[in-house]
Amino acid sequence: MGKFVFRRILASLLVLWLAVSLLFGMIRMVPGDPASVMLGPKATPALKAELAQRMGLDRPLVVQLGMFYAGLARGDLGVDPFSNREVSDIVFEQLPFTLALVLAAIGGASLLGIPLGCFSAIRRNSLLDRLTGVMSVAFIAIPSFVVALYLLLWLAVKWRWFPAMGAGEAGNYPDQARHLVLPAIALGLGWVGYIARLVRASMLEVMEENHIRTARAFGLPERTVVVSYALRIALLPTVTILGLGIGSMLSGALFAEIVFSRPGIGKLLYEAVLSRNYPVVMGSVLATTGFFVLCTLIADTVNAVLDPRLRESPGN
Amino acid sequence: MSAPILEIRDLSVGYQTERGYLQALRNVSFTVPEGKIIGIVGESGCGKSTLISSIIRLLAPNASIGNGAILFKGQDLLGLSPGDMRFLRGNEISMVFQDPMTSLNPVLTIGRQMADVQHRSGASYIGKRSRSLMMLERVGIPDPASQLGRYPHHLSGGMRQRVAIAMALMTEPSLLIADEPTTALDATLEVQIIARLRELQRDFGCSILFISHHLGVIAELCDEVIVMYAGEVCESGSTREVFLGPRHPYTQRLLECDPARIPQRTRHLPVIEGSLPDLVDVPRGCIFRERCAHSMARCATERPGLSAGLHLSACHLPDLAS
Amino acid sequence: MSIVPAVIRSTFTALRKDPLGMAGFVLVSLMLFLTVFAAWLAPHDPLEVDVANRLSGPSLEHWLGTDQLGRDVLSRVLYGGQVALKVALVAISAAMAAGLVLGMMAGFGPRWLDRILVISFDTVRSFPTIMFALAIIALTGPSLNTVIGVIIITSIPVYARVVRTQTQALRERDFILAERAMGASTARILRDHVMPNIAAPLFILASMDVPAVVGMEAGLSFLGLGVNPPTPSWGSILNDGYSYLRNSPWPIIAGGLPLIAVTLGFTFFGESLRDIFDPKLRGKDQGGK
Repeated sequence: MGKFVFRRILASLLVLWLAVSLLFGMIRMVPGDPASVMLGPKATPALKAELAQRMGLDRPLVVQLGMFYAGLARGDLGVDPFSNREVSDIVFEQLPFTLALVLAAIGGASLLGIPLGCFSAIRRNSLLDRLTGVMSVAFIAIPSFVVALYLLLWLAVKWRWFPAMGAGEAGNYPDQARHLVLPAIALGLGWVGYIARLVRASMLEVMEENHIRTARAFGLPERTVVVSYALRIALLPTVTILGLGIGSMLSGALFAEIVFSRPGIGKLLYEAVLSRNYPVVMGSVLATTGFFVLCTLIADTVNAVLDPRLRESPGN
Repeated sequence: MSAPILEIRDLSVGYQTERGYLQALRNVSFTVPEGKIIGIVGESGCGKSTLISSIIRLLAPNASIGNGAILFKGQDLLGLSPGDMRFLRGNEISMVFQDPMTSLNPVLTIGRQMADVQHRSGASYIGKRSRSLMMLERVGIPDPASQLGRYPHHLSGGMRQRVAIAMALMTEPSLLIADEPTTALDATLEVQIIARLRELQRDFGCSILFISHHLGVIAELCDEVIVMYAGEVCESGSTREVFLGPRHPYTQRLLECDPARIPQRTRHLPVIEGSLPDLVDVPRGCIFRERCAHSMARCATERPGLSAGLHLSACHLPDLAS
Repeated sequence: MSIVPAVIRSTFTALRKDPLGMAGFVLVSLMLFLTVFAAWLAPHDPLEVDVANRLSGPSLEHWLGTDQLGRDVLSRVLYGGQVALKVALVAISAAMAAGLVLGMMAGFGPRWLDRILVISFDTVRSFPTIMFALAIIALTGPSLNTVIGVIIITSIPVYARVVRTQTQALRERDFILAERAMGASTARILRDHVMPNIAAPLFILASMDVPAVVGMEAGLSFLGLGVNPPTPSWGSILNDGYSYLRNSPWPIIAGGLPLIAVTLGFTFFGESLRDIFDPKLRGKDQGGK
């Protein structure tokens, strides 16, 4: 098990390193020198020189790359030239909001989707099954920001059931929860159907297997057979897919944050892009990519934990 | 003589398929007396699996039971509600399946599965665990305590099958149905498992319905044997009588083709010529007619019933004892 | 390729049995029609400003109302479809072409090349897509062409992976080995054997990719990073509508509808196609579509 995790970590690190280098390379590809690009037309030579020195832009490229990695390892993502704060501080300030949103969305989607999928598998071709099937395809397809806009329009502005903006008062959990509802729905709606489909397909396969027949032959109550025996195995591939899907959820989270004016990494990145604030742009993208890679890694590890067969080398 | 544990009367079961209604079992009748081991022998497609699935009522959705009765301890199982039927499973009627690799849940420990089987006993966790340990010892598994924490893929095929037998006998059922339990194991293991089964049957006193296509095992283990072909019973009686003096041509051919019986070295193993009939379009008359060396005109029109007595044979020929 | 008419005919027969797929096809055809003939169907000039009538609701004159500059929303929506169409056509063809080449190289070429390509694909796909797009736009400035470029870059790995898997599977098959034994060159094998086998899955993939591509362009335009004003795009209509949400809901309603129609249509249609051409791809997902 240790060996498996170790190899997965190595693979993830490799991809992460390449991604980071790519980002680094991109910033240097901008026409003109980065300092003037960043500071815009009002940059005086003195300002430019100061920024260039601070970012080490006068050193050879290899040294810059080295400085960049060293900084990363330290957790130093650079300094925001506008507010003079550490980028890492800014990013980690905003990260919890996005995390809360993503977790709420996935949590809600799983809570609805898993039972739906389970039920669809047991009662195949029933009305609920067909309905779930259609709905799942439909909601996966529609862009989440459209859903967000419609939710905002009707539920927040027209009917005032939920707040339209912000994350709620700090420390006031019920208020924050209310502010989470609409964005989480917008993000998670497509996933309910997707999860239901996955679970359904997985369950159908597992229920055909011999050990389920054994369990029934021993008179185990149907509920035990379905939940403890079948669902447990059926959930495994779902977990991996969820981990991988967090990446797409981060993109959706960006839109949800903008539509609902919620603080978060997405909004941070967007505003940084508009103001050409490169260090913050890079910092945010790095943080989210790192998070995404981490999620994939965790998903694979959880999978190995849940399925003892994956832990050993094959051929036992 | 005490009442039979299981009595199958005139059972007909079929499947609704794309091509039509496939009559898998037609008017099957036999009894399983108390405390005896009854073997069912027949090639693939004879209806053994359908028979078992019908007894425990875990049939496929497209199956339907035509007519007949399955009497367990005098009570017709076909009339039971699903809940009552479920009560019998793993309690009064237990099963051991053919493939130990896939019959056990791969992500739960042996201990957990053995405890789950005892879900009706009302015992405490410790009580269930000690009973599991005791059963594992009875089937001859070394170091049972550490096996409880293992997963099925850690155990060898023979061990897994022993665990399956332990699970089946744990609730002391009146009837144990074993569906080709040794087919997936190699010969030495087979011998051990059979010996163990016989021992356990003596100790527990349950009846066993033992399905196999391995004639040697049937001869070794079973008190009585039922020979099935293409959904019908063609011969039944005590193992000794049937194997030493088979009356039905099919049984005769089966015995002749048994590799263990071939008297001298040969390049070609004997086979029964022909193939299974189409069970969607069941031919009239005797089901074995096409492949029988002794078929007469009567065999094409009249379906033979089982003769009376203890050694029953469904054939128009009076006696084929050579 | 005389087999094509027969294929189309049998596809339609199968489609007729599948209500969702048929609905998808109808939606797709409808949207295509409305978009291609926008110039003839639009009642007004989409850029014509009429501030006096701004943010009005639906009327006989303006079926979907007007936006904050008094422009006819319906006309803007119709023309907006042309942007979506252009982006979808260009991006998907380019990504498919590049993915085809790279995928075949990875599947048929030497191991080291395969490794490099796969790692590159994984690296590009390791970024959450929109974030990646934003990073690039931050560097190059917003424009529709940048958006198309980003979509192409992030889509290539998707196509390439499918092509690679198919190519690898085919590589080991007997009839390929037989062809090699007869001296067929790699190029010939790729052209005559690999490509016909890949055509169907690729086409289906493209059909299911349209919603994602259109959604991405709309999303980026919504963020103001796509088309340049005053060009209408469904995303930019939504953006305008969002700013004036409390004054009039109609731009948002109107901007969202075509997006929903296109994404639903292509998804239902694509799923239907997939079931028709390769039910194996669908797995055990019978019924309940």
